[in-house]
Amino acid sequence: MPKTMYQKIWDAHLVRQAQGDTAIIYVNLQLVHEVTSPQAFEGLRLAKRTVRCPRKTFATMDHNVSTRTKNIDLFEAMSRLQMETLARNCKEFGITLYDYQDKDQGIVHVIGPEMGITQPGMVIVCGDSHTSTHGAFGALAFGIGTSEVEHVLATQTLQQNIAKTFQINIDGKLGKNITSKDIILYIIGKIGTAGATGYVIEYAGSAIRDLSMEGRMTICNMSIEAGARAGMIAPDEKTFKYLEGRDHAPQGDDWAKAVAYWKTLPSDQGAKFDKVLNIKAEDIKPQVTWGTSPGQVVSVEDNVPDPESFKDPTEKAGAQNALKYMGLKPGTPMESIKIDKAFLGSCTNGRIEDLRAAAEIVKGKKVDSAVQAIVVPGSGRVRRQAEKEGLDKIFTDAGFEWRFAGCSMCLGMNDDQLSKGERCASSSNRNFEGRQGPGGRTHLMSPQMVVAAAISGHIVDIRKFLEERKLS
Amino acid sequence: MKPFEQHTGIAAPLDRVNVDTDAIIPKQFLRKIERTGFGAHLFHEWRYTDYEGTTENPQFVLNRPEYRLATVLLARDNFGCGSSREHAPWALEDYGFRVIIAPSFADIFYNNCVKNGILLVRLKTAEVDELFAQVQAKPGAKVSANLPDQVVIGPDAKRYSFEINPFAKTCLLKGLDQIGWTQQFNDQIEAYEKKLKKEKPWLA
Repeated sequence: MPKTMYQKIWDAHLVRQAQGDTAIIYVNLQLVHEVTSPQAFEGLRLAKRTVRCPRKTFATMDHNVSTRTKNIDLFEAMSRLQMETLARNCKEFGITLYDYQDKDQGIVHVIGPEMGITQPGMVIVCGDSHTSTHGAFGALAFGIGTSEVEHVLATQTLQQNIAKTFQINIDGKLGKNITSKDIILYIIGKIGTAGATGYVIEYAGSAIRDLSMEGRMTICNMSIEAGARAGMIAPDEKTFKYLEGRDHAPQGDDWAKAVAYWKTLPSDQGAKFDKVLNIKAEDIKPQVTWGTSPGQVVSVEDNVPDPESFKDPTEKAGAQNALKYMGLKPGTPMESIKIDKAFLGSCTNGRIEDLRAAAEIVKGKKVDSAVQAIVVPGSGRVRRQAEKEGLDKIFTDAGFEWRFAGCSMCLGMNDDQLSKGERCASSSNRNFEGRQGPGGRTHLMSPQMVVAAAISGHIVDIRKFLEERKLS
Repeated sequence: MKPFEQHTGIAAPLDRVNVDTDAIIPKQFLRKIERTGFGAHLFHEWRYTDYEGTTENPQFVLNRPEYRLATVLLARDNFGCGSSREHAPWALEDYGFRVIIAPSFADIFYNNCVKNGILLVRLKTAEVDELFAQVQAKPGAKVSANLPDQVVIGPDAKRYSFEINPFAKTCLLKGLDQIGWTQQFNDQIEAYEKKLKKEKPWLA
């Protein structure tokens, strides 16, 4: 019987399945960061347990780190304690750690792929919902809670129930300056933030095949924003080319063996999915969120919707709450909304390709005088590569701040935050109330749209922005 | 983990869809390295009018006198969406909630609650509507949940049966040490690892 990629990976990782019990699946890789791990390590110690496979566990510091300084004495006291705790735990249990001073430190979902730790066919977990990012390589990757982190540390396995499968096909050619961020925001707008709850999404179609690995990671990253357990994309030559020669990628004979295996992973012709959605790439315009949930999104050329236009009473109430929080009136053109801050970075859009695309737009322009704009590379490597290419200079010449790697203003656990009432054009993944700082207002969009908004002082349609500049 | 068999308590109606875990426990409280003490910060931004959490917002449902001692939470669709932070169930449990009833829950949040002895009950939207209506009409009314029988009993004694995965049920009823449970199959994990080494050495 033809199988989906998810089913193949599931079958290949089953350790035990018995009637009435949960299945036990093997985990090839666990990524660890400072926020969701301290209680897991403490749990191990209390129960006198140990880490079963330290080699299959990698840790970094990302959520709390300052992006202004590498001097830990200047970090907030509780953040420092959390980072010191991770360092102590990794030392005690023999886990490789890229700490705040390491040159390769970065956001957990950026460093996994760029070091070749992330590989097709793996089951990958992390105490972080954006673990779905790694699905871009044809891995089954998903976020777990701290108790599960502890379970994986102790047993290298996880108790799991099999999910349903959801194929989303995006066929055709994306318009100019339409990005993978626009694809995923468009999908979430269509199916809603619980539209994929209980499902693993497989993204397919020519528009997905055409994307770079970075673009694919952006899409898989936000699968959780549609409620999905995981998002995945079949590995292909692009995937293999991206991985070859990276630090942790298979070497020598293993490389050929691994590639041969990876080629068997894509869903078989005729494999049955529980749900299918077909989207035409040509229908996707630049997307911007107007509300406090990623599903509250429109095309940038549209207006802020009227809550009365929603038939569903709970959606209507949700829209009313959102507009009140966001300080927006129905009917306001999205393009007229002024911003105070701009954030380029995060595990969604903090990769080198994102910075290159944004720098291309920024070149020779200036950030609006009313806007504070920051660029936070996703990792030390991204930062170094960008500097090698002179991107940092383009950003700083334009008035952007050039920071050290970390999660930064995506969730504002460090001092990169919005103040009450401040409005931000953000390349991150969540526009929840208070996400970027208590009372802060977030508009999610692509990296290109973020920097265009920073230059204009308000949200803009990237297509018009570039067209006008070209003419002038 | 505390076992869960049955529970009766005051039900508080939280009438919002898509309540995310950032709202349940905001990021500034995630820096702790312990599992305890998160209840004081539950729903912080809705519960208090100031950042420091010194002034309560009287409008917020849990601050109303009738719901102060609530241990059952009525919620709407997609409760617990967003971040995987287990701090959310830790905060709910520490505050005193033992049962949450909603039409749907986010996936990771659901698993996290099972690990912390909180019973999540999925009922049909119309049934949740009924419970909301009753509790709002009679603030302070009690709702019961019985796990062995898989039934919720409303203030008017109406019974609502619910489905639950049999393994999750066992875990809750026994307060199971789930790591210990998995470790009884260590020989199977070892056999899997041996096979992996042979078949996919780059993963071994």
